[in-house]
Amino acid sequence: MSLLRRIAPQLVALLILFALVSVVFPGFLSVSLNDGRLVGPVIDVLKRGAPVALLSIGMTLVIATRGIDLSVGTTMAICGAAAAAVIAAGWGLPAALAVALAAGAAAGLWNGVLVAIVGIQPFVATLILMTMGRGIAQLITEGCILTFSDAGLAFFGSGTLLGLPVPAWLWIVGGLGVAALMRRTALGLLIEAIGINRRASALAGVNATVLVIAVYVAAGLCAALAGIVVTADIRGADANNAGLWLELDAILAVVIGGNSLLGGRFSVIASILGAMIIQTIDTGVLLAGFPPEYNLVIKAVLVLMILVLQSPRIAAEWRLWRDSQRASRAAAERRQAS
Amino acid sequence: MTAKTLLTTVAALALTATAAMADGETIGFSQIGSESGWRAAETTLTRNQAEERGYQLQFSDAQQKQENQIAAIRSFIAQGVDAILLAPVVATGWDSVLAEAKEAEIPVVLLDRQVDSSDDMYLTAVGSNLVHEGEVAGQWLVDNVGDEECRIVELQGTTGSSPAIDRKTGFENAIKDHANLEIVRSQTGDFTRAQGKEVMESFLQAENGGQDICALYAHNDDMAVGAIQAIKEAGLKPGEDILIVSIDGVPDIFQAMAAGEANATVELTPNMAGPAFDALEAYWADGTEPEKFIQTESKLYTQADDPAGEYEARKGLGY
Amino acid sequence: MLLTVRTLTKAFPGTLALDGVDFDLAAGEVHALLGENGAGKSTLIKCLTGAYLRDGGAMALDGQPIDPRSTVEAQDLGIGTVYQEVNLLPNLTVAQNLMFGREPRRWGLIHTAALRTEARALLTQYGLDIDVDRDLGSYSVAIQQIIAIARAAALSGKVLILDEPTASLDAREVEMVFDVVRGLRERGLGIAFVTHFLDQVYALSDRITVLRNGRKVVTERTADLGRMALIEHMLGRALESEVVGQSAEGAGATTQPMLHFSGTGRAGAIEPFDLDVGRGEVVGLAGLLGSGRTESAELMFGVRPAQTGAARDADGPLDLSSPRAAIAAGFGFAPEDRKTDGIVADLSIRENIILGLQARQGWAKPIPRSEQNRIADDYIRRLDIRTSGREKPIGDLSGGNQQKVVLARWLAMNPRFLILDEPTRGIDVGAHAEILRLIHDLTDAGLSVLIISSEIDELVAVADRVIVVRDRRHVAELSGERVTADQIMRAIAATDADGAAA
Repeated sequence: MSLLRRIAPQLVALLILFALVSVVFPGFLSVSLNDGRLVGPVIDVLKRGAPVALLSIGMTLVIATRGIDLSVGTTMAICGAAAAAVIAAGWGLPAALAVALAAGAAAGLWNGVLVAIVGIQPFVATLILMTMGRGIAQLITEGCILTFSDAGLAFFGSGTLLGLPVPAWLWIVGGLGVAALMRRTALGLLIEAIGINRRASALAGVNATVLVIAVYVAAGLCAALAGIVVTADIRGADANNAGLWLELDAILAVVIGGNSLLGGRFSVIASILGAMIIQTIDTGVLLAGFPPEYNLVIKAVLVLMILVLQSPRIAAEWRLWRDSQRASRAAAERRQAS
Repeated sequence: MTAKTLLTTVAALALTATAAMADGETIGFSQIGSESGWRAAETTLTRNQAEERGYQLQFSDAQQKQENQIAAIRSFIAQGVDAILLAPVVATGWDSVLAEAKEAEIPVVLLDRQVDSSDDMYLTAVGSNLVHEGEVAGQWLVDNVGDEECRIVELQGTTGSSPAIDRKTGFENAIKDHANLEIVRSQTGDFTRAQGKEVMESFLQAENGGQDICALYAHNDDMAVGAIQAIKEAGLKPGEDILIVSIDGVPDIFQAMAAGEANATVELTPNMAGPAFDALEAYWADGTEPEKFIQTESKLYTQADDPAGEYEARKGLGY
Repeated sequence: MLLTVRTLTKAFPGTLALDGVDFDLAAGEVHALLGENGAGKSTLIKCLTGAYLRDGGAMALDGQPIDPRSTVEAQDLGIGTVYQEVNLLPNLTVAQNLMFGREPRRWGLIHTAALRTEARALLTQYGLDIDVDRDLGSYSVAIQQIIAIARAAALSGKVLILDEPTASLDAREVEMVFDVVRGLRERGLGIAFVTHFLDQVYALSDRITVLRNGRKVVTERTADLGRMALIEHMLGRALESEVVGQSAEGAGATTQPMLHFSGTGRAGAIEPFDLDVGRGEVVGLAGLLGSGRTESAELMFGVRPAQTGAARDADGPLDLSSPRAAIAAGFGFAPEDRKTDGIVADLSIRENIILGLQARQGWAKPIPRSEQNRIADDYIRRLDIRTSGREKPIGDLSGGNQQKVVLARWLAMNPRFLILDEPTRGIDVGAHAEILRLIHDLTDAGLSVLIISSEIDELVAVADRVIVVRDRRHVAELSGERVTADQIMRAIAATDADGAAA
């Protein structure tokens, strides 16, 4: 199945949403060049959608192995706090990035070992870090918003590179990179094999234990990047709120991307499009100027509509209906001809 | 003398010594926890106030649990403290433990939150008036805009929360008689810095790149700090191109005011203990019954009020 | 008769699971129900307990026609079941488990004291004096099994069906459970007993019914049915038919030794065994289901690592601690349960074939797509895999073709020792013959094969040497002229006392 065919439903959904938002906010698609950087609501979507898009990359891999990672939102808070603390301690930007990524990798390793070696169900295993991790982040920030003014770290949140916001570059490069890594090497196949039938794969010699740990580490690294982005964005590590509930948005992005929660075949690019769909809804609601009480209802209704339209059963029924229509039309034409 | 009586005597002496060393009254303080910087500052200021006045403060952190608070109050009663400060985590379920304190004739002062028990169960409650805070913020804007047209954007707190509702109401009260002031966009920023920034970005997009916005009213300082960044990134000058008024008085907003990027904040003072102790002292001295609600001052700070100095004064309080 | 079943018929798409089966159960008897996989034992039990609805035939209890439509209904009629896996609630107490659903009540609430007393009284009948307030899970499987039996007997009271209750118990525990069963027989219950252990059949049962391919073969008093005859009935072939293996003509002597297992064993799985495998040799592993055949294979491939013993080849010791280690040593393993252990259903034929090769090469060195296509097409042709193309999901293929894909996966890795567990199970006749022919071609090329099969003719046809497994022990080795169906069956049927048959 070619890539374009795989992601067609997500692309169509995104285009429909663009049209819908343009109705309530006519300037939605207008983009202008301002001081060498692109400005416009769509650019905001690319930038604001970065945390969920980054999380959805790792989440796609975890879900492909028939797992789930509920801890990524919390991991974001830990990594953001770690980066801010290192900057505040004056160790400089490279150290801050390294520590944040190492913290993300360590969180992923913890989850991976619990799932792959200890054998705890992924939902439960990652729930542990989800609940405990925010406390770790608060310990790092000592309960307050740890602010910093380092322009280098802030660049990852609000900087611009070649006209596009840096957070957008992170998920574009990260997403394409991981997608290429999965399909240019055998990783994609091996991960899918584990997700479909871990026992058979292990008997065929697939190193399921190491691969399962690796996908959780990948999810942790993605969460670290997302944590760096949100922390850099507000120039402060907010342990209480950074990444709060974003794991659910990431899972939703994977599902909107047409990936099965039961594991197996996956598409990272489709998940990223799912993240952009979610962000388009969020930004659209804000631009439309509805009272905030409606935000969540509108989002839920739109997501529900997208999922229903994508459901394989609906698609099959629609095809059946279309074919029957064609058949009856053909029959009618034949009758007329005779 | 047997060993046992000896021990008892030593223990008794030790107790007497502790009591004698206690220089002034003993006060029990049941705090909710340390979920926010503001609450940490409240704890710090309560300790400072007690120390200044020479009280012994028994501090108990309830970690957001009412049962911990009830247990702490019972232990304060058992110790026979002279007064109890209570920052209640929830409004209901205090009747029996407050009755026990009343029985033991220990005055209870509620800090910053109310309970739904009858008001003869406690001495008084100290707190701020959320509606009034909104009014002060609105009045500042009214005074500073004059007769010019002013399109205002509003960053609300968490949808449905009482600070969001009351601060919105107060602000609207203040501007309602001034037709030149109008709230054109109002969205929730969930009291967080990140949401404040994201929502402000959408306001800027929606209002002609921010050219059409005259002022921002944020229900708390954190959202204002996020919004200030969004305004800067959009190429505008916060504090000049767009006036910014918010509520709480956290250190970061004073820093922004010192940099000229924010205009005014209404302080929700974490010094609830000061008025509480004043009321207690009057009560102990001649039995003066205070009012049942002591409203703390909602003080307005602007760039003219030495924001750099205010920042220095606050940054060590645990915000 | 307590329970009578007449001409019971049950069909599933593609198979007739029960074909006019008669079965009787008298009060106060233990009636063993035997048969190899697919014989229809579990279908019969499920019809009796209401889990399946029969398609035809009649069942009567105490002379009254019955037609249970659920296990609860069967229980109310008086038919209780105990399964191999204890299906009680380990985190409730023993008393709660025993009285679950019929707790003594007072004022609408559970009367805890009475609950305890009744539970204790119930267990005393079985000579069990344990603390009924402890969680069930804190007791051994044997105790749990007895509690399950006690509960089932108390609930139903007429017919008790024991479906492999002893499969995970050791000898002493088996005896405990048997004492309980004998006690119930004394009390007049009719007990149907399913097991794979022949010794247990002779130790406990009064009568035996053998099923094969959905038909009843025989019902006989245990005392009148010898082991040999029983196994003939189960395997469905008479001793006199002499099938001489085509490879048996003196092949065994000429092979060079390649692998040597010594003292390989694991508690609860298989007792330590020695085994030599020669280059190009086919070793058969014969024995009844549950005898320890698959367990032997799993130890050799590291699925469950051996606890004792060692394996080595000419170059020294081999690490067989995991499947990956075994693969590195040049081993391959096509497991018995193709669906859960063999195929990766949603992947294509191509991906399934190259999966093992790719796993061995590592993720960083992907096999180029053109190479994958070549390998897949090559094996689709060589093994005659019937498919419309290599990109078809393997789940869409028939059983025989799925098996060929699993074989292709291993052949593509060019192993030196391939373990095939029931390679022809559930495969149509044509594919069956092809797979056996394929094994021949492979061994001619120097590959050594260990083949496990329930079909003795198949082993005779393909194996140079046959190891017989019984009651989790390797009990006999037959080679050369002695690889005959007759000899194999004698070895399977022998008791420990006349082990000389080997």
